[in-house]
Amino acid sequence: MVISEADPLLAQAAALAASVPDPEIPVITLGDLGIVRAVRREAGRIVVTITPTYTGCPATEVIAADVRQILVENGFADAQVRLTLSPPWTTDWISETGRERLRAYGIAPPGRAGMLPEAVMRFVPRKRSDGEVSDLTAARQRIPLRVAQKAPIACPNCGSIETEQLSEYGSTPCKAIHRCLACREPFDYFKPY
Amino acid sequence: MPAPAFHVEYVLRLADSTLVLGQRLAEWCGHGPMLEEDIALTNVALDLVGQARLLLSHAALLENKGRDEDALAYFRDEPEFRNWTLLELPNGDGSHNDYAVTIARNLMFSALAVPLWEALAGSADQGLAQIAAKSVKESRAHLRHASEWTVRLGDGTQVSHDRMQSALDRLWPYANEWWDDDPVDVAVAKAGIGPMLGTLKPVWDRTMDAILAQATLARPAHTAFLSSGKLGRHSEHLGYLLAEMQSLARSDPGAQW
Repeated sequence: MVISEADPLLAQAAALAASVPDPEIPVITLGDLGIVRAVRREAGRIVVTITPTYTGCPATEVIAADVRQILVENGFADAQVRLTLSPPWTTDWISETGRERLRAYGIAPPGRAGMLPEAVMRFVPRKRSDGEVSDLTAARQRIPLRVAQKAPIACPNCGSIETEQLSEYGSTPCKAIHRCLACREPFDYFKPY
Repeated sequence: MPAPAFHVEYVLRLADSTLVLGQRLAEWCGHGPMLEEDIALTNVALDLVGQARLLLSHAALLENKGRDEDALAYFRDEPEFRNWTLLELPNGDGSHNDYAVTIARNLMFSALAVPLWEALAGSADQGLAQIAAKSVKESRAHLRHASEWTVRLGDGTQVSHDRMQSALDRLWPYANEWWDDDPVDVAVAKAGIGPMLGTLKPVWDRTMDAILAQATLARPAHTAFLSSGKLGRHSEHLGYLLAEMQSLARSDPGAQW
């Protein structure tokens, strides 16, 4: 986050904005998510810049309204909230505290998005075009697998790394549905983005 | 001052294509072949509508006629839409939904969207570059989803294989519209705003060939068919889609949730 200079009021406004809970996952704050990008003073008023997670995330407008509300309630009557797209948000900006809070809430925190290779698929065909069953080892060497699969996703309930994906899409755009093969519990996985 | 007409046209092609495909995919909401896919498609639709909102707002800014994203989405008629025809086609044959058709279209479009957003991330139009850098992450996930299902259906049973092949055969000719660069494409390329789509064809071909080979599907033969949605000349299907999408906003202008 960018805070212009040592200024107690700016620091207070920044702390207030960062303390707002995410409307979809209220255990983490906007500060934990890393979406409060700047807090500045422009012509006497406080301007908070936030960035959306996904382009179509329905929470973005609620978040902007929540930030404005908490600032107004705390004496920043003319505070303004702006949206920026650049640089695009990544789950790598979620803080360590945020990751721990997600885990405690039952959502496995995301792996590192910066490590995802450019693979377009991760299926291995059952048959070659000549009808022979393919050599899986050779096929896997040809198709780059996602790092997310190599770095195991630990179950947020029991900690086991024996987990599997049930669906890449879940209850919100940012989550996938996984299940633990050890404790048999299904859980949400915050996808690297 | 308004931007040149070719610039607005180009952004509208992107905006309307993402909007119309988002609306088509949303038709699957509550009707998906299984719960996970119902959720997946509505998530993809949400991403596309999110991209469309940013692009429409940007187009409104460029044209500088006092319109906003809603005015562009809800109060333009069919000939004013600039989406490529592929995106407005029904999710099946027009009377029955067909998941293979939906997957084939998502595959063809996301295989174009990924290199297109990558190129646009370096656009001389800063606003467009920012939208592209954001959208490419989402389109990569859409491409992964569509390619997995293409392999699963193509390399599945005889029935799923045949339906996937017939969906590809049906949709393939509509890709020609992308590669047929017109004066708008030439002008934006010259201005450094965006690539001529024809220059992305080799990348698209490589992606498609790799996935089709894994899916044991045949690449359809090239035909001379040329659709013209980007010029505002659409198939008979877009009018019905717009009628449904625009009816609320037109019967109750300014309606708020």
